[in-house]
Amino acid sequence: MLLQVKDLTVRYGGHLAVWEAGFTLGEGEVLGLVGESGAGKSTVGRALLRLVPEPGRIVSGAIAFKGRDLLGLPEAELRALRGAEIALIPQDPLAALNPAFRIGLQATDALAIHRGLSRREAAGVMARLLARMGIPDPEDTLRRYPHEISGGMRQRVLIAIAFSCGPSLLVADEPTTSLDVTTQAQILRLLDGLRSETGVATCFITHDLGIVAHLTHRVAILYAGCLVEQAPTETILAAPLHPYTRALVRSLPLEGIMPALREPPRACPFSDRCPERMAICDTAHPPLKSVGAGHQVACHLY
Amino acid sequence: MSVRYLLGRVGLALLSLWGVTVLAFVVLRVIPGDPALLMAPVGASQADIAEIRAQFGLSGPIWLQYVAWVWGTVRGRFGKSLWLQQDAIRVILERLPATLEVALAALVLAVAGGILLGVLSVLWRRTWFESATLGAGTLGLSIPNFIWGLLFIVFFGALLRWLPISGRIAPDFDIAPLTGFLLVDTLLRRDPGAFGSVFAHLILPAAALALPLLAVVFRAVRSDLLTAVQEEYIVMERMKGLGELRIIFWRALKNALIPTTTLVGVQFGFLIGGTVLIEAIFSWPGIGQLTLAAFQYRDFPLIQGIVVVYAVTVILANFLVDLAYAFLNPRVRYA
Repeated sequence: MLLQVKDLTVRYGGHLAVWEAGFTLGEGEVLGLVGESGAGKSTVGRALLRLVPEPGRIVSGAIAFKGRDLLGLPEAELRALRGAEIALIPQDPLAALNPAFRIGLQATDALAIHRGLSRREAAGVMARLLARMGIPDPEDTLRRYPHEISGGMRQRVLIAIAFSCGPSLLVADEPTTSLDVTTQAQILRLLDGLRSETGVATCFITHDLGIVAHLTHRVAILYAGCLVEQAPTETILAAPLHPYTRALVRSLPLEGIMPALREPPRACPFSDRCPERMAICDTAHPPLKSVGAGHQVACHLY
Repeated sequence: MSVRYLLGRVGLALLSLWGVTVLAFVVLRVIPGDPALLMAPVGASQADIAEIRAQFGLSGPIWLQYVAWVWGTVRGRFGKSLWLQQDAIRVILERLPATLEVALAALVLAVAGGILLGVLSVLWRRTWFESATLGAGTLGLSIPNFIWGLLFIVFFGALLRWLPISGRIAPDFDIAPLTGFLLVDTLLRRDPGAFGSVFAHLILPAAALALPLLAVVFRAVRSDLLTAVQEEYIVMERMKGLGELRIIFWRALKNALIPTTTLVGVQFGFLIGGTVLIEAIFSWPGIGQLTLAAFQYRDFPLIQGIVVVYAVTVILANFLVDLAYAFLNPRVRYA
């Protein structure tokens, strides 16, 4: 197993963001991490690089990557993994490139640090990579500042950065959310092409079930920081079990809003909005139970 | 940076220069004290005084005096100093390098020291160092530079006797001026002893002048850096595997210096203003001391010349700051 996340709990000051989330990722596998805004999906994604934004802290749990304990790793060894073995494609390409530096410098960092290439050599590699990403004049793009190119171009640059060192784990954090619809489709096609070509295991964070259906092998559903269901993509789409997943897959309207997580959870976080709420839902947090081949659900109904 | 932008900047600079001269001209003639009275010998008659006025262009309506003065000034004739009976502009330009030398030394000290402390306090945040720099920053900011000057004179000059506290160079050195900047002149004349003396004389006044500005720069760099390190693009630098030291020094600092630069431009005016008292305290022979004397003698041509020189200095400094800003922030280059 490439990646094994166990009981991951993340906290922002006094507020709990992720509660005992666990999942695995095999070589070449694509896992969709699905949930609405604030469900903790991005936090989980960044925890995989141990870069939860301040004041966030990984409180407990374990992340094993290629058999190494990421949470116990010294900072220097972790840096050697970041951008090389584990790469991230960010959500907002406008915010993710430094406005004060040319793209060439920012795009060659990973190659210079991890592959020991000179900036000139790295720029050559980058230019070839950018050409494959459909950027018409890569040398010119590398000389430009981020504000001089479009959002779609910036996202192509960030994807090229993520792939530049041949990572074995990719975290794609809603990579198309901030792009317009036509660009979204292009970027997704590009990303899926690169992924299947390189066979990189991917954790695809999204709230878009269309993307899930097309790109992922397996899905984990997050709700209010808790992992509520996990199954192969076809199973999730065809036979969702958790009432939240069912509402999500069938686009059913839900009353109310997602609650903040209480600690430790003494009730099902979804009970307030659940159409099938029972007495036990308000008194006990449902554990994740195996209900079929690779299918787990955290609900008192099962 | 486009031609239009440059022209706009130059136009603005001329406009502010004009405003400053009008203000100085009017204020000088409205405050009490008549140079003609001061120059007139004891027992001079009203007619004698009126003649002195006419002779030095002090008679007639203020606006006519102003037009006459501007007409002379744009042709490089600032008038004769009433007190020294020399060309006002020559007197000023002779002493300008002394003032610029101490002001520039203070600026370098304040900017370099402020940036260094700001970076270190962010790099070592949540340690004793951060608290210590924050405390020192507040102290530096809350005591004005001339008080620092007096404290330095008492402590480093009188008690410890480490450093000279008066003048620009020890009297036993004789350096014929080339540029007027003694640090440069002593180097050009290959006189290490004199250079050392100039350097030692420069330390206390420059440090006193620099301290409050250093504190301002420190606080600005620190808070802008703290904002920058939370930005997504800095998080992305970490995601690529860059180390924190490299990120802060080589990336986030440039982002943080964009707002800081504007601040330094504004503060430079205060720094130049601060030289007047610092020069008085350290017997520094620059235009600050000249200003004080010129006011005592109500030496209108000299004061007006000084005002122009100060204003041009500050305007030039702000222009340089704009250039630095455009370098740091690629987004304004085409504005």
